[in-house]
Amino acid sequence: MRDEVIIVDYDCGNTGSVINMLKFLGKKSKLSSNPEDLYEARWIILPGVGKFDSAITSLINRGLSEALLSVASQKKTPIMGICLGMQVMCKSSEEGILDGLGLIEAEVKKFPMSFDATLKVPHMGWNSVRIKNQGSIFSGLKDPRFYFVHSFYVDCFQKGDIIGETEYGSRFVSAFQKDNIVGVQFHPEKSHSYGVEVFRNFLGLL
Amino acid sequence: MSLSVRIIPFLLLSSEGLVKTVAFKNRKYVGDPINCVRIFNTKEVDELIILDIDATAEKREPYFDIIADIVSEAFMPVGYGGGVSKIQDFDRLFNIGIDKVVVNTLFYENPKLITEAINKFGGQSIVLSLDVKKDIFGRQRLVSHCGWKIQKLKLEHALAMADEMGFGEVVLNAIHRDGTMSGYDLELVASVNGRLNMPVVALGGAAGPDDFARAMNLGVSGVGAGSAFVFQGPKRAVLISYPSREEIVNLLGD
Repeated sequence: MRDEVIIVDYDCGNTGSVINMLKFLGKKSKLSSNPEDLYEARWIILPGVGKFDSAITSLINRGLSEALLSVASQKKTPIMGICLGMQVMCKSSEEGILDGLGLIEAEVKKFPMSFDATLKVPHMGWNSVRIKNQGSIFSGLKDPRFYFVHSFYVDCFQKGDIIGETEYGSRFVSAFQKDNIVGVQFHPEKSHSYGVEVFRNFLGLL
Repeated sequence: MSLSVRIIPFLLLSSEGLVKTVAFKNRKYVGDPINCVRIFNTKEVDELIILDIDATAEKREPYFDIIADIVSEAFMPVGYGGGVSKIQDFDRLFNIGIDKVVVNTLFYENPKLITEAINKFGGQSIVLSLDVKKDIFGRQRLVSHCGWKIQKLKLEHALAMADEMGFGEVVLNAIHRDGTMSGYDLELVASVNGRLNMPVVALGGAAGPDDFARAMNLGVSGVGAGSAFVFQGPKRAVLISYPSREEIVNLLGD
């Protein structure tokens, strides 16, 4: 197993910033769309910007979804989904009709506009995360704030998987972690020192 | 605590480095772009927007290498605008690590390309800069090409178009206030913010936290400034500053 982070390349994301962050942390990383690399990876980051169905389709077509499911359960490789990457880890999404990867017991919903007409969507900007589990990727962080850009949010079926929550109109799951499976709705690669800590903690998961 | 209003430095890139203008003219040299961004990074700014104000006039593409250097150590959202004219330009900017591409002239000249970009990259990553100029008779006009070309399109039509096209955000840039440090055009900000369901960033005229607070009270999602972050004192000496976390919390009132 190589001491390298594989960043999944599936044409759905702004990967430059994740690469920059890992370089800053002195970690070798490789952008790859080859399933073979996922089997060899020590850590996997699943970034993502775009639409749910096209992301899932792209992962399936490249054989990446099969590889992700396999290494997640067999090798227990730490996998962190960011933004849409977090959402595709769920079972389904109101944004699309296809099944998600189902790496976590959760579904993705649209922000209810009716709840508050002044609520602007996308939820874009800096917001705080209420930490529900300090022994997670949030280890060592106190009252962190992160940068968000999204129009859909995650709802976990198992409350124990929720490690962070954020308020926007109502409360939603901004981070989950179940063993080696981590998902964050915010962009740690764009969140200054708070994001740096999240990456450090994630890279500490083995 | 909830979503914070973003306080956004706007940096103007030119062929000679970073500059600051008054009413889009009278350039003053501010410094080396990479150094300046490094300083803003250590101050943990909410977001940065870099606008190349010469690219369109010089008909050249963005300075991709400089932009790549700038974002390589910027762990915050970075927007870029200037000289974007092909879908490949959007591609390259996003691959480098730019989060948002800001368009202005393209909106009037090739809206189809913007729609293509919005479909490909999502509206959240495409920002419309509406440059508004008020003349001495109080007539309000939209302009492009870094302020020199007057557009016939009316502001309300532009807003309807922005909504329909699915932009993620609108930067409302009051050119008649640019660099004056005399406060935002709050009337303009209020009218536009009330008509759009997407985030609006006020720009043009802010001198500091008091002006930010006034625009925040109108419900904008972001407050932008140039001079307020790069000049200090009546002689406008170049000194990069940004409100501390404590000052921001006081400003936001939470």
